[in-house]
Amino acid sequence: MTETTRTAPAKVPRATAAPGGAPTPGGGRRGGRVLRRLTPWLFLAVPLALLVTFTYVPVGNMIYYSFTDWDGVSPDRRFTGVDNYEQILTRPELFRVFFVSFYYLAASAVQIVIALYFATVLSFDLRFRNLFKGILFFPYLINGVAIGFVFLYFFQDGGTLDSVLSWFGAGSDHAWLGDPESANTSLAGVSVWRFTGLNFVLFLGAIQSIPGELYEAAQLDGASRRQQFRHIIAPSIRPVVSLSVILAVSGSLSVFEIPYIMTGGATGTTTFVIQTVKLAFQFNKTGLASAAAVVLLLIILLITWIQRRLVPDEKVDLV
Amino acid sequence: MGKNTTFAGRRWRGGLLAAAVLTAAGCGGGGTVSGETAKAPADPADASGTIKVLTHRTDLVQNGTMARYAEEFTKVYPKVKVKFEALTDYEGEVRIRMNTDDYGDVLMIPAAVAKNDYPKFFAPLGTAAELGGTYRFGDKTEVGGKVYGIAQFGTANGFVYNKAVWKKAGITGWPATPGEFLADLKAVGAKTDALPYYTNFKDGWPLTAWSNSIGSVTCDAEANDKLAGAVSPWREGGELHTIDSLLHDIVKDGLSEKDPNTTNWEASKGLIARGKVATMQLGSWAITQMRDAAKKAGGDPDDIGFMPFPVRKDGKYCAVLASDYQQAVNAHSAHKAAARAWIDWFTQKSGYAAAEGAVPALKSAAMPGTLKDFVDNDVTFVERSEAKTGEVNAIDNAAEIGLNKPDYRQKLVDLARGAQHGSLDDYFADLDKRWNEAARTAGS
Repeated sequence: MTETTRTAPAKVPRATAAPGGAPTPGGGRRGGRVLRRLTPWLFLAVPLALLVTFTYVPVGNMIYYSFTDWDGVSPDRRFTGVDNYEQILTRPELFRVFFVSFYYLAASAVQIVIALYFATVLSFDLRFRNLFKGILFFPYLINGVAIGFVFLYFFQDGGTLDSVLSWFGAGSDHAWLGDPESANTSLAGVSVWRFTGLNFVLFLGAIQSIPGELYEAAQLDGASRRQQFRHIIAPSIRPVVSLSVILAVSGSLSVFEIPYIMTGGATGTTTFVIQTVKLAFQFNKTGLASAAAVVLLLIILLITWIQRRLVPDEKVDLV
Repeated sequence: MGKNTTFAGRRWRGGLLAAAVLTAAGCGGGGTVSGETAKAPADPADASGTIKVLTHRTDLVQNGTMARYAEEFTKVYPKVKVKFEALTDYEGEVRIRMNTDDYGDVLMIPAAVAKNDYPKFFAPLGTAAELGGTYRFGDKTEVGGKVYGIAQFGTANGFVYNKAVWKKAGITGWPATPGEFLADLKAVGAKTDALPYYTNFKDGWPLTAWSNSIGSVTCDAEANDKLAGAVSPWREGGELHTIDSLLHDIVKDGLSEKDPNTTNWEASKGLIARGKVATMQLGSWAITQMRDAAKKAGGDPDDIGFMPFPVRKDGKYCAVLASDYQQAVNAHSAHKAAARAWIDWFTQKSGYAAAEGAVPALKSAAMPGTLKDFVDNDVTFVERSEAKTGEVNAIDNAAEIGLNKPDYRQKLVDLARGAQHGSLDDYFADLDKRWNEAARTAGS
C-alpha cells in the first residue's frame, strides 16, 4: 500500500437537535397532555403486541409444556412436575452432542478472524471496495435451506469440490460427509462461509464509525498500518468483537439449519437442537423436548453471564 | 383529530391483545367430540356439502389426477363438492393442525397421533365386524371395537431390482437366504458396472421401510405384535436381528454407495432404471414409479422386478402386507356423510390402488400387476396384524429407538462402514436393553 491511500470518509452519526415540543393545535390543554403521555405507548402498542404474541406467549407455553408429558398432538396432557428436567439431567448421552458444538466454536473463531481481516482491509480506500463488500456479505443473504442444498451437491461424491480439487491435481476419493470428523468439519466450513458476511458487516460498521482525524493524526505521527490497527481500530471495535463472541458461542451451541438439511443429524452430526427437534417430532416427547429447549436457553444465558463477568463492557474512549 | 387517533389506536391494541389471547387459547386443544358414527348416505342424493380432503400426494393434485377422481365422484354424488389440499410436509403440518378443529373433512391419519387418541380426533366409521368383511387392514385403526380409518391401499415389502443387471451377473432365481442374497450382490458387483445396492441413506425413509419386513422373515402375521413387551427384539434369531444384520452386511461388504450422506431419492429412480444401481429395498408401491423412470430413461419397464425378503419357510417365500396411510373423517366435520361417501368411493371405485400398482384395501379386489411375480411364484401374502401396534409404538417412542424412523438404521449403516466405532453385537445389545427398559416402564 502506498502512502497516498487515504482512509475512507468516516460516517459519524450526528445527533440532530431534538425538535422543541410544539404545542398541539386544537383540543383542550388537558387532552393534549394526556395525548402526549399516551403517544409513545401508542407507537409501542403494535410492536409490543407482536412481541408478546409471537415471542413471550410461545415461550411461556414452552415452559409450561416442559412440566407436562404432552406428546404434541393429544388433547390431554398430564402435569409431571420437574420429571422432564430430572430426565435430562440424569441422561448424560443427551449432553454428549455438545461435543459437536466445538467444531462450530472453532469455526466461529476462524470466522471472526477472517471477518476482522477483511473489514480492516476494506475500510481503507481500495479499488473495487464495494464489489468486495458485496461479495463478502452476499452469502448471508441466501436462505439457509438453499445453502444446505447447494453444499450438498458441493460435497457430493464427484461433486463440485471434488472436481475443483482434481483441476489442481489434488483430486481425492474422500467422502466429505462420510465420517463424523470430516462431516462436522465440512458443515462447520459451510457455516463459516455463510456467517462471515454478517460479522464482516458488523466490524466494518464499527471501524467506519472511527473518526477519520484519528487516522490522519496517526499518519502524521508516522504510525504504520499495523500500529493503526493495534492502537486505533482494535480498541474502538472491542464492544462489537465481544458481541460477536457472544453470538458465536450461543450460535455454536444452537446450530441447526445447516446440519439438519445436509445430513439430518446422521453420522455424528447431531447437535443439541437437532436432538431436541427429534425428541419432539419423532418420538412425540414434546414435554421433554421443551425442557431441553429451556435447558439450552439457561446454558446460553449462563455462558453469556460468565463472559460478561470475565470481559466487562468497558467504555471506549479514544480521545 | 387527536381523539380519533387515540380511539383507533386503542382498538388496534385491543384487537391484537384479543388475538394474542386467542392464540394462547387455541393451543389448548380442540373441543369435545360427539363420537357419532360417520355413516355412508343411504341414497347418494342425501350427501351434500363441500368437503376438503387433506392429502400428501402433491404430485397427483398438481397433475390433475385427483381432480379427475373428484369429477367421477361428483357424477355419483352430485351434491358433494370435493376440494383437495396437498401438503408437501404432510406429517409435520397436519400434526400441528390437529391441535385445532380445522384439519379437513377427510385426512390421512398422521403417524404422530397415538392410536388411543383416535376417538378424540376422528369419527368412527363402523364396528370392526361391519368393516372387516369389506376392507383389509381394519385393525390398524381399531379402538374399542370401532374402526376409525380405512386404508388407501397396502404394500408388500421386498427388494426392487433391475432384472437385466442381475441376469448379466448370471443370477436367475431369487436368493433364498440372506447369505445367498449377499453372494448375489457380490456377483453383481464383480460382473457388472452396477452398484449392487443403494441405501437411500440421506432421505432416511427408505431405510425405515426395512421395518416393514417384520413378519416376512418368519412368515408370522403377528410378528409385530410380539414386539410389545421386554422381548429383546434384536436377540439372535429375532426378526429384527435377521433384517438389520442383512443391511449391516450389505454395507460392510462394500456393496452399497460410497458416501451415503449424499444419496438422493429422486435420482435413485433413474439410477435403477438405467441399471446403474441393481437393488433397493422398498415397498411394492415403488415399482410403478421405477417403471415410469425406466420408460423416461428409454429403457424397458419390464426390467424392473420385485423380489421378496430372502428367507423361505417350508420352501415358500413370505411377504407381509402393511397398510399405507389410513383415511379418516374429522370428528369436527360438518359433512360427515359426504366425507364417508368419498372415502368409500375412493377406496372401492376410483381405481386409485390399481393405478398405483398397490395392494387394494378392498378384500374382493385382485392383486395388482406389479406383484405378478409374487403371485406366479406362490409367495405367501401375510396381512400384518395391528392388534398391539399402539403398545409397540409407545415402547418404541419411550425407548427413542424409532423402528419407523431412519436414525437407528443410519447409525447401523455408519457402524457397518466404520464411520462410527463399535460392533454390531454391542449395538444390538444396546438396542435390546433400551427396548426392554422402555417396555417395563411404558407397560407399568
